[in-house]
Amino acid sequence: MSDNKEPKSIERRRFIRSGMQMALAVSLGGVAGISFLKATPKDMVWQIDPFKCVQCGRCADECVMTPSAVKCVHAYALCGYCDLCGGYLKPDANARSTAAENQLCPTAAIKRKFIEAPYYEYEIIEDLCIGCAKCVAGCTSFGNGSFHLQIRHNLCKNCNDCAIARVCPADAIQRVPADTPYLIKGDFTKGGKGKKA
Amino acid sequence: MNQFKRYFLLISILLFTAVQSYAADAQQRFPKPEFDSGYTQPPTTASSPRMIFLEYLDVFILFVVLSVVTWFVLKRRSRRGVFWTSVFSLLYFGFYREGCICSVGSVQNVVLGIVDPTYAIPLTALLFFLLPLIFSLFFGRTFCAGACPLGAIQDIVVLRPIELPKWIQKVLGLIPYLYLGLAVLYVATKSEFIICRYDPFVGLFRFDAPYNMLILGILFLAVGVFVARPYCRFFCPYGVLLGWMSKFSSKHMTITPSACIQCKLCSNSCPFGAIDEPVVETGKRRSNVNRLMTYFILLPLWVGIGGFAGSMMHVPLSRFNQTVYLAEQIVEHPEVKNDPKNIDVRTFMSSGKSTEQLVVEADAIRRQFYWGGWMLGGFMGLVIGTSLIGLSKFRKRTDWEPNKTNCLSCARCMDYCPVKKE
Repeated sequence: MSDNKEPKSIERRRFIRSGMQMALAVSLGGVAGISFLKATPKDMVWQIDPFKCVQCGRCADECVMTPSAVKCVHAYALCGYCDLCGGYLKPDANARSTAAENQLCPTAAIKRKFIEAPYYEYEIIEDLCIGCAKCVAGCTSFGNGSFHLQIRHNLCKNCNDCAIARVCPADAIQRVPADTPYLIKGDFTKGGKGKKA
Repeated sequence: MNQFKRYFLLISILLFTAVQSYAADAQQRFPKPEFDSGYTQPPTTASSPRMIFLEYLDVFILFVVLSVVTWFVLKRRSRRGVFWTSVFSLLYFGFYREGCICSVGSVQNVVLGIVDPTYAIPLTALLFFLLPLIFSLFFGRTFCAGACPLGAIQDIVVLRPIELPKWIQKVLGLIPYLYLGLAVLYVATKSEFIICRYDPFVGLFRFDAPYNMLILGILFLAVGVFVARPYCRFFCPYGVLLGWMSKFSSKHMTITPSACIQCKLCSNSCPFGAIDEPVVETGKRRSNVNRLMTYFILLPLWVGIGGFAGSMMHVPLSRFNQTVYLAEQIVEHPEVKNDPKNIDVRTFMSSGKSTEQLVVEADAIRRQFYWGGWMLGGFMGLVIGTSLIGLSKFRKRTDWEPNKTNCLSCARCMDYCPVKKE
């Protein structure tokens, strides 16, 4: 400062400045204090509650990632290993075969493997899955509901505001603590909601 | 004792029925077969999210970057140092961390943490919110200079900056206040995070985004070649808070390291129009004081008008809330109930909730918007009133000084100053 003529006004300015600084520090401290009371040391991640999901198909389109970070997972403990699989075959399929025209999945991301008569194992190839939930809808309405959608955390960017959660019609996407990042359907008889298979 | 027994009986009956109903649920359509071939089911794979240690490492890196850039601005007075720190921030927080979480968006987490009892704000998000503000309270907006990836990507493209007329800068400078107010309103009504939704650069950081997000980002960068850092100056809601802190900071950077020699070399160096020229009071003192007093007296009027206007806007504002929008659609166009393509309505119809319930919920949210509109409008009135006061008050200034609210501490002006440290 070059003007030494007005020490009074300089002093006043400094007083106002430091007073305001103090006031701002106190209010910032107040906000921090209130937030600290409820803060969690854990991180939060997004996950789909499979029991709320209505298989609308928006997960495939609305995710900021292409293809979506939402994939179908298979809770094997819940699967009936059916030959006539509602999640694998189109409702009007002309044969129970792996032929492309019979498959419900638009990207052929489900692998059907014969185990023993009359049972088949169904495996999701996640690199191909786009999260469209067609198989989930089929499995939930005609089978046990062992196919269901989950957000894959190796793909999810953990956006501050999940673009799918914003438009999910069933509010099925919620924040969960990062140390229990999945809501995979377990065996109904054992655990129920949220237990790992 | 007898009572205890009765309670025990009651509880065991309750438990028994609960177990029974659970067992009924457990009945699967196609029970899992018992295999003869010794088949064992494969496990359901579940890749884990990012380690929590790394999240705290991000906070630590933010702290280090803030310290380094503050040191470059205040001690080394080095534009080059600030620039390379900002490039690091762009690479790390931008391209490596892909833009989430950032301090700008963390405002919303803090508000949600305060208003929503079911939401626990992660400590890392809270620290991302607090650290830049604390630094700003002491050292000015050094966060903007070198730690913000959104600022860094714009700072790199400042090639041919033009000087906007002062009145345009003033008017556009009101947008961040509105943006901040709207962001708080939409978080407080649990509608959405608009700052994240309209973040223009996160798509560029990820090389992947919806079409309009990418267009918005490219547009901002294209405009940014001529109008330096347009998002920071005319949109960034976090910049409002940083500006408040910076205005009263104790150790804000100065253009000259010692006494100013009035050479005016710095006057055109700032691409952001954040250097205040020397002023002396013009006009009659008496009329100036009168004008200032008038503006002070008018301040409550601005707040009132703003609040009223805001509350009038509550219906269109609330339409961005999903519940309100759905209720409006169903009430105004009952035929959508039979539209199989309307996913939201279809889901609502099959949820078993009645339309009355939905309307009650939507009304409650709309009421929140009504009061929120009053507050938002009142806040905007206050902002406009205070900027009018700011325009009409004279603060005698003899040197060229950075405007502490708007200065981004980028250190460009320092390179132009011929005065060296004593």
